[in-house]
Amino acid sequence: MSTVAVQQGTKWWSGGKSPFNASYGKVMMWYFLMSDAFTFGAFLISYGTIRFSQNHWVDPNHVFNSFPFAGHANLPLAFVSLMTFILIASSVTMVLAVHEGHKMNRAGVEKYMLWTILGGICFLSCQAWEWTHMLTGQHEVLVDGHIEFWNTTVAHNPFGPEVMFNGKEVATPGPIAFGSYFFEITGFHGFHVFSGIIINIVMYLKTRMKHFELRGHYEMIEKAGLYWHFVDLVWVFVFLCFYLI
Amino acid sequence: MSTNVSSPEITFHSEHADNTKAIWRTFWILSALTIVELSIGLIIYNIHKGENPNATLVLAFKGMVCILTLAKAYYIVSVFMHLGDEVRNMIMTIVVPLGLFVWFIAAFLWDGSSWKNLRNKYNRIEVTPTKQVAPAATEKGAKD
Repeated sequence: MSTVAVQQGTKWWSGGKSPFNASYGKVMMWYFLMSDAFTFGAFLISYGTIRFSQNHWVDPNHVFNSFPFAGHANLPLAFVSLMTFILIASSVTMVLAVHEGHKMNRAGVEKYMLWTILGGICFLSCQAWEWTHMLTGQHEVLVDGHIEFWNTTVAHNPFGPEVMFNGKEVATPGPIAFGSYFFEITGFHGFHVFSGIIINIVMYLKTRMKHFELRGHYEMIEKAGLYWHFVDLVWVFVFLCFYLI
Repeated sequence: MSTNVSSPEITFHSEHADNTKAIWRTFWILSALTIVELSIGLIIYNIHKGENPNATLVLAFKGMVCILTLAKAYYIVSVFMHLGDEVRNMIMTIVVPLGLFVWFIAAFLWDGSSWKNLRNKYNRIEVTPTKQVAPAATEKGAKD
């Protein structure tokens, strides 16, 4: 790990230098990310509030139990673990790109930026599959004394409490807040991933066009990296709140 | 090679590690924590599948997952985002405001469970799912 060799007794606030020993852009990126953390936090806490106010909530292992090309096999947590590992891996390639930037190795930065972009695209594709699966997958629900087939949307939740009907267990409609919060929060996160990919593509092109090499430093890669790691950080919490607990 | 001047405001340049050992170590830590979280998730799944799910046990496992998540967040922020390498003043301006979350979470979840208790106490609609009949609980589900 790198360290700042800070001299004791430095007068940080006497002017002429950044009291935080960081460039304006980097400090502001941090404050943007902090405010974004509050936005995501507010969403997740509001989700938690509504969830705590319900007698019944959906069991994530029951909702997220499918995998592409696996048919109706019951595989709880499998697909979301794949998504999590894709995002962690792309975070690692991003930090490796930053590392190559410190060494002023343009080819290395280009290589790892491409891997990072690829990881982001894989993650978004997984999310697209999951959304499609939820929005189109039909589930038996007991509505007004007869069986209906519902998909999971912002207005329908087929994963309510189960009751006995004609000798078998069947679900009743659950709180619709589940779909609203799921699509809102994962959608907002997915939008961050999407904009992160765009930022990374711009950074890749600027690296390729030798902008940073001429500038003499790769700090822009670091700033893009901060955003990308933040996206990974948010996913850690989305993963916790929607899939694990 | 990190002596490149990125900004005249920077007084001390950080010395970046030459190798990627710390990065890969963090990657393995994050992967291991995720695998532990997933196994706890599967344990919770199996507890739920059983006849009489032990609510306290499930809550304890969920608490463990929350703690592991905070550990993951710490590693991402301090190593991947290099916040651990910044000067202390800057770290504090970012970390201290986030302390507000402690009260946000406590207050709002408290509020949520209070709504539940009040509704269960005063609502005339029977909310506990009965195991025999098709309930008229549909209305309730749509309203929520």
